[in-house]
Amino acid sequence: MVRARVLIRPKEGILDPQGKAVERALPALGFEGVGHVRVGRMVELEAEDPAALGELCEKLLANPLIEDYEIQTL
Amino acid sequence: MIWGVLQFPGSCDERDALHACALASGEARLIWHEDRDLGGVDGVVVPGGFSYGDYLRAGAIARFSPAMEAVAELAAAGGPVLGICNGFQVLCEAGLLPGALLRNENLRFVCRQVDLLPGVDAPETSLYGGKSAHQPLSIPAKHGEGRYYAPEATLNALEANGQVAFRYAPGHNPNGSARDIAGVRSEAGNVLGLMPHPEHAVDPLSGSTDGLRVFEDLARFAT
Repeated sequence: MVRARVLIRPKEGILDPQGKAVERALPALGFEGVGHVRVGRMVELEAEDPAALGELCEKLLANPLIEDYEIQTL
Repeated sequence: MIWGVLQFPGSCDERDALHACALASGEARLIWHEDRDLGGVDGVVVPGGFSYGDYLRAGAIARFSPAMEAVAELAAAGGPVLGICNGFQVLCEAGLLPGALLRNENLRFVCRQVDLLPGVDAPETSLYGGKSAHQPLSIPAKHGEGRYYAPEATLNALEANGQVAFRYAPGHNPNGSARDIAGVRSEAGNVLGLMPHPEHAVDPLSGSTDGLRVFEDLARFAT
């Protein structure tokens, strides 16, 4: 078994309203100078065959039209 | 014509869709998502709701249902397939329609009546029947993830091919959809997806019967 972590984020250039909302909330809490906030997802999993993870991401975990993904084996 | 309406765990508009289909063409039946066999229906509605709780992404898990394999076969054979709201998301995830639906621009769930116009390059004369392009269809929209997105090249191709079935009328785009797109068709035209809910606009009691036209329009693809 291989443990892996998949990071999924909105593709560059796609409006991320969640990230914008977080960004706008920060100054009210006193956090200045934080920008370009993007909110994505993280999936942790264990796989028998790590070679299959790419296809798994393409078909289910991410929508390649709107999201980029990154597989980190742990 | 007999319509089938898919039912996933988490669907919530399948009853209204059944009612609308029955009004539009006489007969409709529910199809459980685990049924690989559509039971000989002529067309399928993938209804609204929150299939599989919208886990991961709206429509991402529902597209792997056995019934969706049969729907893909029906679509490939030229039969009518209508995806409404969550059903539109499912059809996009399944690759039966281009594009994707993203979180509404203002992050709010929208629930309001919207006016729909035909895609500019596709007058959709059958869809608009007696109505001219200046008389929009009045249909309710209710969703949190309805912002239509596709890459620029895809949007251009959709417009050039007449695949933009509906646009929100000026001032009615509730979610930030690219080019005000509310619904798109497949290249052959028999697969149609839209975010607003035509099945909720079929009885004068609810203020508009314009939704019936959407069902009637797709019925022309039934063999």
